[in-house]
Amino acid sequence: MTDDYRITQHPVLAVPERRKIKFRWNGKVLSAYEDEVISSALFANGIRIFGHHQKDGSAQGIYCANGQCSKCTVIADGIPVKSCMTKVRPGMEVKSVEGLPGLPEVTDKQERKEIEEIAIDVLIVGGGPAGLSAALQLGEHRVRTLLVDDKNELGGKLVLQTHKFFGSVEDSYAGTRGNDIGRLLAEKVIADPFIETWTNSTVLYVFSDRRVGIIKNGIYKNVKPKIILNAAGAREKFLRFRGNTLAGIYGAGAFQTLVNRDLVKPTSRLFIVGGGNVGLISGYHALQAGIEVVGLVEALSRCGGYKVHADKLKRLGVPIYTSHTVIAANGKETVESVTIARIDKSFQAISGTERTFSCDTVLIAVGLESVNEFTREAEEAGIRVFSAGDASEIAEASSAMFNGKITGLKIVRELGIPLADIPESWYRKAETLKSEPGRIYPQRAPESEEGIFPVIHCVQEIPCNPCSTVCPTHSILIEGDPILGIPYFQGKCVGCGKCVAICPGLAITLVDYRQDKDMPTVTLPYEVSNHQVSPGDEIVVTDIAGNGLGKYRIEEVVDLKTNNRTQLIRIKVPGNIAKKTVSFRIQEEMVSQPLPGAIPEDRKSDAEMVCLCERVTAGEIRALIHRGITDLNQIKAITRAGMGPCGAKTCDSLIKQIFRQEGVPLTTVEPNTRRPLFVEVPLGRFAGEVGGDDE
Amino acid sequence: MNKSFDVIVIGAGSVGVPVALAAAARKLSVLVIESLPSPGQGNNKKAIGGIRATHSDFGKIRVCQRSIEIFSRWQEEEGDDIGWMSNGYSFPAYTESDERNLKDLMQIQQEFGLKIRWVTPKEYETLVPGINRKGLRGATYSWEDGSASPLLSLNAFYFKSLSLAAEYRFRENVQDLKISRNRISSVITDKGEYQGGTIINTAGNNARGIGALAGLDLPVFPDNHEAGITEPVARFSGPMIVDMRKEPGSANFYFYQNSEGQVVFCITPDPPLPGIDNLSTSEFLPLCSRRMIEVYPRLRNLKVRRTWRGQYPMTPDGFPVVGRSREIDNLINAVGMCGQGYMLGPGLGELVSRIITAELCPDDIRILKSFDPYRDFSGMEQFK
Repeated sequence: MTDDYRITQHPVLAVPERRKIKFRWNGKVLSAYEDEVISSALFANGIRIFGHHQKDGSAQGIYCANGQCSKCTVIADGIPVKSCMTKVRPGMEVKSVEGLPGLPEVTDKQERKEIEEIAIDVLIVGGGPAGLSAALQLGEHRVRTLLVDDKNELGGKLVLQTHKFFGSVEDSYAGTRGNDIGRLLAEKVIADPFIETWTNSTVLYVFSDRRVGIIKNGIYKNVKPKIILNAAGAREKFLRFRGNTLAGIYGAGAFQTLVNRDLVKPTSRLFIVGGGNVGLISGYHALQAGIEVVGLVEALSRCGGYKVHADKLKRLGVPIYTSHTVIAANGKETVESVTIARIDKSFQAISGTERTFSCDTVLIAVGLESVNEFTREAEEAGIRVFSAGDASEIAEASSAMFNGKITGLKIVRELGIPLADIPESWYRKAETLKSEPGRIYPQRAPESEEGIFPVIHCVQEIPCNPCSTVCPTHSILIEGDPILGIPYFQGKCVGCGKCVAICPGLAITLVDYRQDKDMPTVTLPYEVSNHQVSPGDEIVVTDIAGNGLGKYRIEEVVDLKTNNRTQLIRIKVPGNIAKKTVSFRIQEEMVSQPLPGAIPEDRKSDAEMVCLCERVTAGEIRALIHRGITDLNQIKAITRAGMGPCGAKTCDSLIKQIFRQEGVPLTTVEPNTRRPLFVEVPLGRFAGEVGGDDE
Repeated sequence: MNKSFDVIVIGAGSVGVPVALAAAARKLSVLVIESLPSPGQGNNKKAIGGIRATHSDFGKIRVCQRSIEIFSRWQEEEGDDIGWMSNGYSFPAYTESDERNLKDLMQIQQEFGLKIRWVTPKEYETLVPGINRKGLRGATYSWEDGSASPLLSLNAFYFKSLSLAAEYRFRENVQDLKISRNRISSVITDKGEYQGGTIINTAGNNARGIGALAGLDLPVFPDNHEAGITEPVARFSGPMIVDMRKEPGSANFYFYQNSEGQVVFCITPDPPLPGIDNLSTSEFLPLCSRRMIEVYPRLRNLKVRRTWRGQYPMTPDGFPVVGRSREIDNLINAVGMCGQGYMLGPGLGELVSRIITAELCPDDIRILKSFDPYRDFSGMEQFK
């Protein structure tokens, strides 16, 4: 195995020693690491096409890498499986799915057991930030709780986050890296004697007889809870554009899973669609993994994510195209280039503004949707149900943790356990942590040109306070709301650099005039250590928005253990730019140059795919809408959109979008009926047969 | 807006839509009133798609023979692919008495001209490779029976009826039937009032309620059934497999591989679950999976994709209730399909249109005897 597609060093993540194993892909012997999932093993071998669709022969790759969409199905030892959820085993025969697979092979007589039924006080669906935080409250109050998660490891999407968290230090671990928070919460939950945790376990349905069907490590079980907490998180939305089915187009979750969980380098040139926090952070993760980020498009005139995230990318050299959209992905089977265009006020592409960039992957980060089905099912079954985190409302993980904690306490009360009232201030804080990025203010740097002090390049109201918490002299204050307000310096700076190292937005510098008033020393935070910089290197320093301020030499690179993998870069710059300097470019401008004279392929917009499972195009949907159809169930009946393995998880919102575009108000559109099951499960499991560890 | 029609059909389901199509084809003006938002959203979409003529009595046999003609020729004549496959039906026998009953019935069916024969276990295995042959005594095999997609066919019938000028009002509830001089003078909904020459009750689950609006007591009582569908795989199995054995919790079950390659399966709960409850219970999948794997072990690793619940609008003897009302001159009931509305629908649609225009042939009269609303309901269908 070459390591071309592996991340061998990472500024934040440790690269563990793992045992290599061999497996076969379409007859060819390949290497993988023990315990990794098949999809990651394939990507690590440079394989991105996992098969060809039975309907139109188009190449299939990954999309969600989250066990939801089935696009990544391969045949492992004779059985079609989701490659993102199935571990590769030594000697495994893995084959691509070419058209319809055959009937899965069967082994001899299977062991068959009675289906176990377990009564429990509280069932928590999902072991991410919200579920774990709620579980801890329940455990503390001695409530018998079962927490179920479909991954091998608890933590949910926290385990994919390498950046330091925003939010409040006191309430949601702000300033600590997401993956570290995940580990911390998981350890506490596992140690709690009142909480049972099932990993690798998927909730299939809340049945009307108040039993919850769960497939636990391949064994089907029924759980009878008194109360359900839905903390199942969110799923990613998809986007319509020409060529949106090519292999190499996938969600941010899939990207982060490959890169940050499995340390696979799935792409060398990435293009990002969507300027929310998820898209912006993914861009940053890509740079940290040594991947070129060709650009990022955002349809709105301003990125929806935190300004500090966007600025961070721009400063490192990634262009962000606001008021732009992707109009086509081009390529035969996999992405070879992407075409974007400027859009007008009604979000229509403006002809003549198209630009095409060479890239091998398009990352889709156009928003999330709550996984709310368990809530609805529980309500139908008459089980008391709560929801927390993204399953309740899409917000940051910091908010999910706090909101999970409150919900945990609410459940304690619901069970009749005496408990002091939840303070009113908590609810207000929960609202604060949920806040969308707010107003942007003009930057005010200290006027002084003496001594040493921090310059804070954080000018947007976001829920975040680590800088003010960490300052040993309490000299970083926050104006207005103690979490949401804009931080500013007032008082005495001892030059410790803690604020520089902790700021999740990498938006604080130290300016030191003590040695040389004309050429003060500026301390910059830096987290892309596999793009290594050393004293003496000449770098292009940038201002808050990424504009170049000139080339200067690095004086010193400080690597302190206490700074938790954030390096401090010291550089001397002229006094007139010292307070403006925030960061420096690491990505050459060449990376982001459009292809000369490239014309987008002439694919009809009607050919934009809406249902990836059953290959239903926007044109087919539009034609039915023109025939007067207003029932999504009838569209499903005619086109099969929504009848595929993912269960309408992807196409539903896209079809609704077409209705809106065609001027049909959604209030007049009948929604899709949702049915069991949440994911596909082999028939034998319901008969009590004991399966492998992979469903 | 035209508020007066030759025919008003109440219910746009497995029977109502074909009735509308057949009536419109006879140049009658047709209005269909449906409470749900689109056609086939009641129990039509719950059907698993099996279509057979191999029943036990003349009425159902003849109607379904005509249905099969319509289903099987639809693509050729109308162009829409409705997923028709002539994959046949099979009833395997595992007990001596089942074998005897099936063989006795087969004789009657053959006399009606149905293509059905007895196959040995060995031969059956070529049709259903991998079937559990333990205790298997043979099976009936009726190769002209088949299957189609209820969703595609009903929509095809619907669009065809629209092209013949049938009108539909969806999301509209029939609230009252105004009766004067033994006739329904108008149909009153929550959105309007309509006059019709003939009123057809094809209201499926709600047939009894509609009948009550006309002062009738129609013996139609829905009970719940549950079904499921798997992921698609390459073709490996042929006919519908109906396991008639009664086991704790279930009376019988049946499954087949549809035109998409998916295995569709359904079980008849025992004792029956009367009423209308579309919510899935935890009992269905374990019950059905055990039986299916017992009969067909090769299915154990096939993944279940979706399950759902629907109703059989049952009558006391298991036969439909079809015919002109004696009490209300212009009312025709076509109700109580007992779970076979989808396969009976197209044939029945034409038959009902002949009742409307009083063009019944001798066969029709014989069929209607089987379905007579005024019959003695104490008999029992042998072969549901």
